[in-house]
Amino acid sequence: MTVWFVPRDAAALSVGADAVAAALEARGEHVVRTGSRGLLWLEPLVERADSRDGTRVGWSNVQAGDLSEGVLSEAAANFLGIVEELDYLACQNRWIYERVGIIDPVDPDDYVSHGGMAGLQRALEMSPMSVVQAVTESGLRGRGGAGFPTGIKWQTVAEQAPVPHKGDPVDAPRHKYICVNADEGDSGTFADRMLMEGDPFCLLEGMAIAAHAVGADRGMIYLRSEYPAAIAVMSDAIEKARARGWLGESILGSSCNFDVTIRVGAGSYVCGEETAMLESLEGRRGTVRAKPPLPAIEGLFGTPTVINNVLTIASVPSILARGPEAYAELGQERSRGTQVFQLAGNIARGGIVEVAFGISAHELIFGLGQGTKSGKPLKAVQVGGPLGAYLTADALQVPMAYESLAAEGAMLGHGGLVVFDDSVDMAEQARFAMEFCVEESCGKCTPCRIGAVRGVEVIDDLLASDAPENAEQLLRDLCDVMTQGSLCAMGGLTPQPVLSALDQFPEDFKRVAVRVDVAAQGVVHE
Amino acid sequence: MNKPIEIAIEDLDLGTPAALSESTVTVHIDGKAVDVPAGTSIMRAASLAGTQIPKLCATDSLDAHGSCRLCLVEVEGRKGTPASCTTPCQEGMSVKTQTPRLDKLRKGVMELYISDHPLDCLTCSANGDCELQDMAGVVGLRSVRYEEGSNHLDAGKDNSNPYFSFDASKCIVCSRCVRACSEVQGTFALTIAARGFESKVSPSEENAFLDSECVSCGACVQACPTATLQEKQVIDLGVPTRKVKTTCAYCGVGCSFVAELRGDELVRMVPDKQGGANAGHSCVKGRFAWGYATHSDRITRPMVRETTDSEWREVEWPEAIAFAADRFKAIQQKHGIDALGGITSSRCTNEEVYVVQKMVRASLQTNNVDTCARVCHSPTGYGLKQTFGTSAGTQDFASVQQADVIMVIGANPTDAHPVFGSRMKRRLREGAKLIVIDPRSIDLVKSPHIKATSHLQLQPGTNVAVVNALAHVIATEGWIDEAFVQERCDVASFNAWRRFISLPENSPENLAEISGVAAETIREAAATYAKAGNSAIYYGLGVTEHSQGSTMVMAMANLAMATGNIGRDGVGINPLRGQNNVQGACDMGSFPHEFSGYRHVSDETAREQFTALWGVDLREEPGMRIPNMLDAAISGNFRGMYIQGEDIAQSDPNSQHVAAALSAMDCVVVQDLFLNETSKFAHVFLPGTSFLEKDGTFTNAERRINRVRPVVPPASGLAEWEVTCALSEAMGYTMDYANASEIMDEIAALTPTFAGVSFDLLDERGSIQWPCNEQAPEGTPIMHAQRFVRGEGQFVTTPYVPTDERSTRKFPLLLTTGRILSQYNVGAQTRRTDNTVWHAEDILEIHEADAELRGVADGDWIEVASRAGSTRMRAHISDDIPAGVVYTTFHHPVSGTNVITTDNSDWATNCPEYKVTAVEIRPSSAIAVGM
Ligand SMILES: Cc1cc2nc3c(=O)[nH]c(=O)nc-3n(C[C@H](O)[C@H](O)[C@H](O)COP(=O)(O)O)c2cc1C
Ligand code: SF4
Ligand code: SF4
Ligand code: SF4
Ligand code: SF4
Ligand code: FES
Repeated sequence: MTVWFVPRDAAALSVGADAVAAALEARGEHVVRTGSRGLLWLEPLVERADSRDGTRVGWSNVQAGDLSEGVLSEAAANFLGIVEELDYLACQNRWIYERVGIIDPVDPDDYVSHGGMAGLQRALEMSPMSVVQAVTESGLRGRGGAGFPTGIKWQTVAEQAPVPHKGDPVDAPRHKYICVNADEGDSGTFADRMLMEGDPFCLLEGMAIAAHAVGADRGMIYLRSEYPAAIAVMSDAIEKARARGWLGESILGSSCNFDVTIRVGAGSYVCGEETAMLESLEGRRGTVRAKPPLPAIEGLFGTPTVINNVLTIASVPSILARGPEAYAELGQERSRGTQVFQLAGNIARGGIVEVAFGISAHELIFGLGQGTKSGKPLKAVQVGGPLGAYLTADALQVPMAYESLAAEGAMLGHGGLVVFDDSVDMAEQARFAMEFCVEESCGKCTPCRIGAVRGVEVIDDLLASDAPENAEQLLRDLCDVMTQGSLCAMGGLTPQPVLSALDQFPEDFKRVAVRVDVAAQGVVHE
Repeated sequence: MNKPIEIAIEDLDLGTPAALSESTVTVHIDGKAVDVPAGTSIMRAASLAGTQIPKLCATDSLDAHGSCRLCLVEVEGRKGTPASCTTPCQEGMSVKTQTPRLDKLRKGVMELYISDHPLDCLTCSANGDCELQDMAGVVGLRSVRYEEGSNHLDAGKDNSNPYFSFDASKCIVCSRCVRACSEVQGTFALTIAARGFESKVSPSEENAFLDSECVSCGACVQACPTATLQEKQVIDLGVPTRKVKTTCAYCGVGCSFVAELRGDELVRMVPDKQGGANAGHSCVKGRFAWGYATHSDRITRPMVRETTDSEWREVEWPEAIAFAADRFKAIQQKHGIDALGGITSSRCTNEEVYVVQKMVRASLQTNNVDTCARVCHSPTGYGLKQTFGTSAGTQDFASVQQADVIMVIGANPTDAHPVFGSRMKRRLREGAKLIVIDPRSIDLVKSPHIKATSHLQLQPGTNVAVVNALAHVIATEGWIDEAFVQERCDVASFNAWRRFISLPENSPENLAEISGVAAETIREAAATYAKAGNSAIYYGLGVTEHSQGSTMVMAMANLAMATGNIGRDGVGINPLRGQNNVQGACDMGSFPHEFSGYRHVSDETAREQFTALWGVDLREEPGMRIPNMLDAAISGNFRGMYIQGEDIAQSDPNSQHVAAALSAMDCVVVQDLFLNETSKFAHVFLPGTSFLEKDGTFTNAERRINRVRPVVPPASGLAEWEVTCALSEAMGYTMDYANASEIMDEIAALTPTFAGVSFDLLDERGSIQWPCNEQAPEGTPIMHAQRFVRGEGQFVTTPYVPTDERSTRKFPLLLTTGRILSQYNVGAQTRRTDNTVWHAEDILEIHEADAELRGVADGDWIEVASRAGSTRMRAHISDDIPAGVVYTTFHHPVSGTNVITTDNSDWATNCPEYKVTAVEIRPSSAIAVGM
């Protein structure tokens, strides 16, 4: 029987995937809904499996109307051929995303038949400490932004004894928690969402492995409120995992007890910061807590807590299944394994690219992304979200890895790359960065609470002033205070895009000067 | 350490609270090595090393918050500039607190603050008392480069609280107020609302302070580093210029305060961080409600009159004294020595009380002296003396911080003993379990982040039944601490008690119906109490003011001994005393049968000591208690009385009886601040001194002797003890003291538990908990540590005897009474302050079912009637109390006295049964007569 695959990922739904699936079903076809392959410019990307060997061929940008004449033909202009052989996919090395776009995300059997649960099975055969060891050996670092070595974090939690919730009596039940940070707030990032919509069991499996490794009994997924589809898929998956004995009492017959609940995020960027997330999970306003104590020692409700990004946790099942050595062989320096890059902004072929660390930005943007969507020259790329620095067109040869980017004064963050063509005004971008901080500041610490507001004002002064040197000095001093003085990276990193714009595109900040020049020539456009 | 340095350190804010760790680490602060307990913040370590790191959001009464970012430092080998308040010291750490980089950062932060702050420092009410101003100076900020931008300068003021104002335009959002309200006070009235630049302090969901949960404790005002939250008095009068340490005169917590004055005008009372009882916290009464001291109603000149229906005549002191002495002498000549007597006040200092009882015993030559502590805590004295050997609570307040289980019986600490209540709440938030035994759900049960593990909502009058049932479970389940009992207690009495308590009649099942508490609930509570590491009992008037008050105190003592919960931190039996100096008044020999230190007047050795020092023969037979004196007055044998600072006609339950007795006397001398109910029957009025004028000591509920220092001179020109001495002298017996300190020296010489106490020692140590003597030169925070004072702990069998006061067909409801935070007792003081905004009237709480039955709706006027009489008040329908029980406070003079019946009293001590009165409620259309 021929099987058709239509993505149910939010990115595909927004361009009519549901209608396509309905049309196929109306024709009596067997349709399986999958996640997205991550080739966003092709969505809805519809696939058909060869009834003999299962090879999947695809059609791009399918609309329900295309199906009125009959099923899709291989002669059609939008026929893509064998999907896995598309250059964009063929060059990828998918570990985290190995099943995304391929399987039915909420079918446990499909999950198992594509290699799911092998990692957890392996882990349960190992002692908790050797699981921690394996994660350490893999070289895995946190994918949420800070890049902290995951093995060390787990080790710390594993070494703590479970404790009652803070404020509970000494004889109350004792806990440790695994908290997954799925608040994905960076502009131009979507890898957490696509993973959760495309392979939710992988995240749950990773959480269970973490629970076994550190001795946690409870898990929480802090899921961004703007992701209703992901919330639905994850909830469905949790129910099914419980039914299968993948969660709950004695997981897979082992002595590990672990269950997971979803908490919907409070809708603010800073709630993705781990301590603000803890506050929010505990039912308070999402404001940042000073560290120490580290969450690994005193985290959710005062108990030892692992906090990891979705991608960090989702890396673990395949690391265990395929072996940490194989993972550690990939990448460079202390950037090991694969990174899920997300190409966004003004780019011809945006989407998910999971490859080993070390690929250059140029290769990602021009090789795979094929340059700007507008066709105009590229001016800048913001790497690592709204707090990330800008790379100029000249700097794109830099290998995408923690160390090499840091050397450029940039950061990898959550792996998002947002491309801008030459119509962008970098002074506006700098102002926007400060404005973003005004919007998103939790308001706890002075450099960020007052500083961001002053930042916007000073940039406005700078742009309106005919003697901008004083304003610029003030802006740099302010950035210094914010960078070194802020309590968390929200205020601490906001100067990064501001200064990188100011330093690399100084001409964009000289509006008055330009206007004066123009006026001197007698041509006034106002 | 010599004195001046200590005082300097006292005032220092070390930035973060002390770390409790036993291990120490060595750190280098700007090259100077300092040893601190592990976990100490860099900021605190630096302070201890003599380096003040700039700070705004940190203060050592609150956990570090890390928000202002002024306290950044550099740590060798670490990247960045961590905040010193939130970074703990680690062994070998090397810290730099002053570098060009840090200077620049701090200036940068300060520049941001000032860019959003009014520039009116010189005219600001906090000028000279503002940390923001100080810090701007410390970091050397000279100019603000930011142009005028977004700001909060128009944020507005909230003046709703009568005592302090909130000026949002000056707020730096440091959260100190919010944290003080949560961490210190435990009320959680304040939050930071909104986010980012819009963040602002908000009382309960953006209410005005007065309409919020705020209980006006002042902790937020105390914590605020700027003029945002400030006492209105400071705004009106200006920043204080001198300070005097003293003690609050309201309740038995005995909080220490620093009275801050401008010249002779009191500006504010600031809780003393060094205060042994309060450690820097306060409640609305002590903090703010002292305005009565200068109220225009105060009488400051002596007055006399021939008869109680003639007008008062102001006279000079000598005339007043002579008048009283002449009448007293005449009475004794005509009616015999014992026709006179005196009442001491638990509002007065130990020295004042001591002098009055000495006058009665030595000058009047009678033992007819008693105190109003009889109406509250005499069962405590009796019960604890029988079982443990000392008439006092066993712990210091700080002990609660070590308790794993806290059992609160018949007490409402958040209202009646608020500062201790806050301590207790803190421990409960940390995870201690709470057992409440009370007919009402007291506020503690409803406090944020606190819930009771068990609430035994018993019928009024069944305390002993419930505690017996608890003990029954413990004895029969085998949860007795046998080792403790064998080693520390009188085993014969224990065995007798065990046999008694194990009888089926004491089982929870048997007592469930009478007490109204399910057997299962009692069994659970017994397990909780018996099985914890440290279990502590705290109780109040709900225990003592019952016909079985003394029995109940002993029943609790049995429980504590049987489970080994005595003699260390975190355990014990703790009375929460009502008035400020109940403990002291009792200690000072205010009872007809006891000299100071609870030695019987028939005790030869004791009497000889007193005789020797006082130079006069003393009577060996006990005198009359207050009720006996009053009875004797009615029968004509008792004709004159010296009443120190107690309004017995008002506070004594059976007011008609008291009135009749007082009317029958030839000379009633009242020493008080205001004219009151009792003075209506007086012939001589001797103006007293407010606590602000007193020099002496108060002893609080934890046996802590605190100094009361004169803040202003006596309004009447004389100290109270001077007046008493003058009268004594006029009666022919000279008591010659140059000052109050000499009185304490005499007390120490004659009272074994006070042997080591002197004003000098108190000044040096701040306060001392008695016993303070050769064995315990620094006082005794925890009693009965090695052995009980009486030797072996004595078990007493405590059969439950139902009170005669039972609901009847005519009076089917049981009325129980209590008090609320903002008012104090009958309110002579608090009603003369702005505290009236919180408690305009007494209100009757009634269960919905009882209200419905009688057609009473919430807010209706009702009539409360008992066998004694009736009064009117408004009803409030409440689920805090069970059906069949009604509850009210009696802070307004008119409402209470008419209703409460006191035909019953404690069998051992005559303490009247205030807590149970059978009443009926009916709707009333008439306007209330109350105020
Ligand atoms: C302002 C701010 C926002 C953040 N948002 C996210 C987020 O949305 N998702 C995330 O995983 N980490 C986010 N982080 C990083 C987290 O604080 C934390 O480092 C991370 O969740 C740890 O997981 P990892 O070790 O697996 O990366 C944010 C940090 C900051 C300062
Ligand atoms: S830097 Fe901003 S977001 Fe982070 S704690 Fe400070 S105010 Fe909050
Ligand atoms: S006065 Fe006390 S209760 Fe009121 S807000 Fe301030 S700290 Fe809280
Ligand atoms: S009111 Fe005072 S204590 Fe509260 S946040 Fe503002 S400045 Fe700080
Ligand atoms: S708790 Fe008692 S002693 Fe303390 S301030 Fe309040 S009334 Fe005074
Ligand atoms: S004092 Fe340390 S951050 Fe405010």
